[in-house]
Amino acid sequence: MPSIKQLKELTINELFDKYPYSKDFMLDHHIPFEGKENLIVDEVLDTIDEEHAEDQAIDVEKFKEQLIEYINLMLSFLGEEDESQTEVTILPGFYKDGSRENYDRLTIKSGEIICIVGPTGSGKSRLLADIEWAANYDTPTKRTVLINGNTLDTKERFSSSNKLVAQLSQNMNFVMDLTVEEFLDLHATSRLVENKEDVIISIFNKANELAGEQFKLTTPITSLSGGQSRALMIADTAILSKSPIVLIDEIENAGIDREKALDLLVSEDKIVLMATHDPILALMGDKRIIINNGGIEKIVDTTEDELNILSKLKRLDRIMLTMRNKLRYGEQLEFEEEI
Amino acid sequence: MDLITVSGPPSSGKTSVIIKTIESFLQRGVKVGVVKFDCLYTDDDELYEKIGVPVKKGLSGSLCPDHYFVSNIEEVVEWGNKKGLDLLITESAGLCNRCSPYIKDIKAICVIDNLSGINTPKKIGPMLKSADMVVITKGDIVSQAEREVFAMKVQSVNPKATIMHINGLNGQGAYELSTLMYDKDQNIITLEGRRLRFSMPSALCSYCLGETRIGKAHQMGNVRKIDLSD
Repeated sequence: MPSIKQLKELTINELFDKYPYSKDFMLDHHIPFEGKENLIVDEVLDTIDEEHAEDQAIDVEKFKEQLIEYINLMLSFLGEEDESQTEVTILPGFYKDGSRENYDRLTIKSGEIICIVGPTGSGKSRLLADIEWAANYDTPTKRTVLINGNTLDTKERFSSSNKLVAQLSQNMNFVMDLTVEEFLDLHATSRLVENKEDVIISIFNKANELAGEQFKLTTPITSLSGGQSRALMIADTAILSKSPIVLIDEIENAGIDREKALDLLVSEDKIVLMATHDPILALMGDKRIIINNGGIEKIVDTTEDELNILSKLKRLDRIMLTMRNKLRYGEQLEFEEEI
Repeated sequence: MDLITVSGPPSSGKTSVIIKTIESFLQRGVKVGVVKFDCLYTDDDELYEKIGVPVKKGLSGSLCPDHYFVSNIEEVVEWGNKKGLDLLITESAGLCNRCSPYIKDIKAICVIDNLSGINTPKKIGPMLKSADMVVITKGDIVSQAEREVFAMKVQSVNPKATIMHINGLNGQGAYELSTLMYDKDQNIITLEGRRLRFSMPSALCSYCLGETRIGKAHQMGNVRKIDLSD
């Protein structure tokens, strides 16, 4: 762990050697270090001329603290072991009317898919927020959420490099002006991934597997179709996002292989929580949580019978898809043959 | 009374975030009031009135909005105390990205949104760099990757800040924010003698004083020229 004292001992060059990311940090804060690389960090900072400091809004003493803070942050970010196995336990809280939720405890493990069903406004978002925040009897529902059996302390709760939950939803879009490759590179860089090229290619390939239509590494992300965007978001979240839990708010049927998408997330040891109104998705889960009046009403395991129904539903789904494609490519439908 | 200063670029979602947070304060019986600072126009005060909290607005008009803020904050605190508030929230838009209304030892929140562009955290000065908490909004409409990258960019200009993602539309995260915003043991009676966290830019030129004519002959005081040499 570096300390303020080290700034008095290291030269700029030594600092950059030891903590490479500190160079970008200095650049971002407009610290003039060019030509002074062999001088001690502290000296360089203390001799920033006043006009430059005022122009660039640099507060030297504060900058020193922030530099140390940033290096520590990056060190902890790099040093963290990827804990691939995570277990989330939800202990009951209360309904909106004050009565106690009627379940014992709900434990979810890495690689499980849990569906959340219930009418709109029933409290699905509150459940997701409780999980995201790792509630500790301190949210409106008074639920308690344990991560690997323990409550999180304040620092863990607010660490932005350590977020528990990644989110995917229907109305999300790409907004950056980048190609697929530049975009993945940017994300991988921010995650400090070592084998960047391999990771980028594997996300790109997975996304193309999920998408109905193929796209290229040079395609701008803003011109991807809805399905392609969704596919890229899912592949990227599965492979690059560090968060052990993925929250999905519906995945639309068009343009993406939903079963493969869920398989991918599960194979990367994510916990998948999916709010859905679609019976096929609801039955793809290992369990489903039924929410009503602000509380968890029931937790149901998907039964053998339901799995049989699921395969029938999937067949129907395929028929719909085939018809859609036939219509798209200018063919005529014939009733008998189709159904 | 506790005091918190909220600022952020225009349309970043400050008012929505504050309103969602106030809703959870009201449920817990915390008495909140708001003073909204703006430049030319705002009808946000009506939104605060609608949820039934005491509100005042101040329009800086022809003055620099952050200078106007500092010149008024002492009286604003007095007003809040007179109203018997537990928590006074000031809201102001950072307009030139160089000023910030933050006061030493008074909690400061900067609200910034995911849509504002990946380089925006670098462009915003002390308003972002010296905030205690950074609230990032509009996360529901961008991808997970963009959220992560954006949060990293914010963290790299302000490594000390607590970063929170809040959805100003449905209020996700607002309850959590409210637990960090209010400290019932804080008792701020006056700001007399306190200091700003950061000095405002030293600009005093003929145009500050109402000059409208263009040309060297009309430029006085603090004038700086762009380098156009090849």
